[in-house]
Amino acid sequence: MPFNRAEPSPLLPFNDDLALGRAMLARIKEGLADWQRAHGRKLTLMEVCGTHTVALSHSGIRDALRPWVDFRSGPGCPVCVTDQEDIDAMLELATLPGLTVTTFGDMVRVPGSRRNLAQAKAAGADVRIVYSPLEAVDLAQAEPQRQIVFMGIGFETTVPTVAAALRKAVEEGLENFSVYSVHKLAAPVIRQLLQDPELKLDGLILPGHVAAITGRRPFAFVASDFSLPAAVTGFAELDLLGGIQDLLTQYHEGSARVSNCYPRIVREEGNRKAWNLVDRYFTQGDVRWRGLGLLPDSGLVLRPEYRRFDAQQRFPLNLPPAHLPPGCLCGEVLKGKVLPFDCRHFAKSCTPVHPVGPCMVSGEGTCATYYKYERREG
Amino acid sequence: MCLAVPAKVVRILNDFTVEVETFGNHARVNTSLIEQVKLGDYVLVHAGFAIEIVDQDSAQESLALWREMYAVQSS
Ligand code: SF4
Repeated sequence: MPFNRAEPSPLLPFNDDLALGRAMLARIKEGLADWQRAHGRKLTLMEVCGTHTVALSHSGIRDALRPWVDFRSGPGCPVCVTDQEDIDAMLELATLPGLTVTTFGDMVRVPGSRRNLAQAKAAGADVRIVYSPLEAVDLAQAEPQRQIVFMGIGFETTVPTVAAALRKAVEEGLENFSVYSVHKLAAPVIRQLLQDPELKLDGLILPGHVAAITGRRPFAFVASDFSLPAAVTGFAELDLLGGIQDLLTQYHEGSARVSNCYPRIVREEGNRKAWNLVDRYFTQGDVRWRGLGLLPDSGLVLRPEYRRFDAQQRFPLNLPPAHLPPGCLCGEVLKGKVLPFDCRHFAKSCTPVHPVGPCMVSGEGTCATYYKYERREG
Repeated sequence: MCLAVPAKVVRILNDFTVEVETFGNHARVNTSLIEQVKLGDYVLVHAGFAIEIVDQDSAQESLALWREMYAVQSS
């Protein structure tokens, strides 16, 4: 097939306008140096989203700003925040006869309390990786004699895609499709973190793709309740710089607001169509988080009228208590309290090939990102 | 937490499916979560779905504003 050179995307400059990037970076460095002179310490910013963790490292911005900024990752990597009990449940479900667990790629490599996926497979487990939740519904249609469970992890960005899969399963009257919902909500967990007196943050870089669905408003409490400057930020290099520059402007003015620095994607009210679909099938509920425990109203569970699609109801399990990998600090890493370097396993007994905890498994886990980009020689 | 990439709509396949292109790769995405798209729109793709339409006017405004603020010519 002849290769048709596509016209360059009008969005490309967000990633490759070097002159603009350099000018922004230079201005940011000046602003940060001023801030440091005034406060006598580094600025501490949390990037809540795992995709931001990767983008800050990959772009070299974390490194370029190292003298002035201490970036802390937050609880925004779906695989990492999934509680050990839910990982165990996934592996256990998969060994039930006639049942297939479907999930996103990274999930299958997280070690369970008693066994990993390879061992579960040896015990007959059937786990299949899907790219989209719709593929799980297709599988349920193609194999009506099997029960297909979709392991629903992810934040507000992902849940509409699961809701769309449920809509299809409901419309098709599928009896063999269900969802194990451990979906998480970003705003409640951020509120929880900000109430922790041990965590001292000067500002937040908020998840642009969550806000694409929810809008900016659910994050307004960061400024109104905690007087903390924050910026809803995109993921290209200029987006990251634009978000940081906005925070600097807020420090300069002595103000605290939640700015929308990603207006080409994020609308004030978000994507109502997507959220209305979520609302049809899901309702807010208490869910378990790694490192944080059970947080009230911090997740999405199936509405009572759709309980028949709830894998936790359909296949009740009686699991022994989960135990965490000894020494793994994932639960503290995802609260921004420690860095991967503080973990004795990091880059020694824990590597992407032999991960001990989920933060080293997921491509957007903080440990995996630091392993790939942030290790220093000597 | 939510890797999503912008891609250009190059074919409308039916009411809720379009073909998109990004860096020469083509894929089908479901558009049932967004408002009506047209050829040439850019959509944000996540897990096989378009989850938002990129507001191109806003994109160009951001770039123009930054270029003015930082006194950098368009490249
Ligand atoms: S390096 Fe490995 S063991 Fe240590 S916190 Fe990260 S994932 Fe856990």
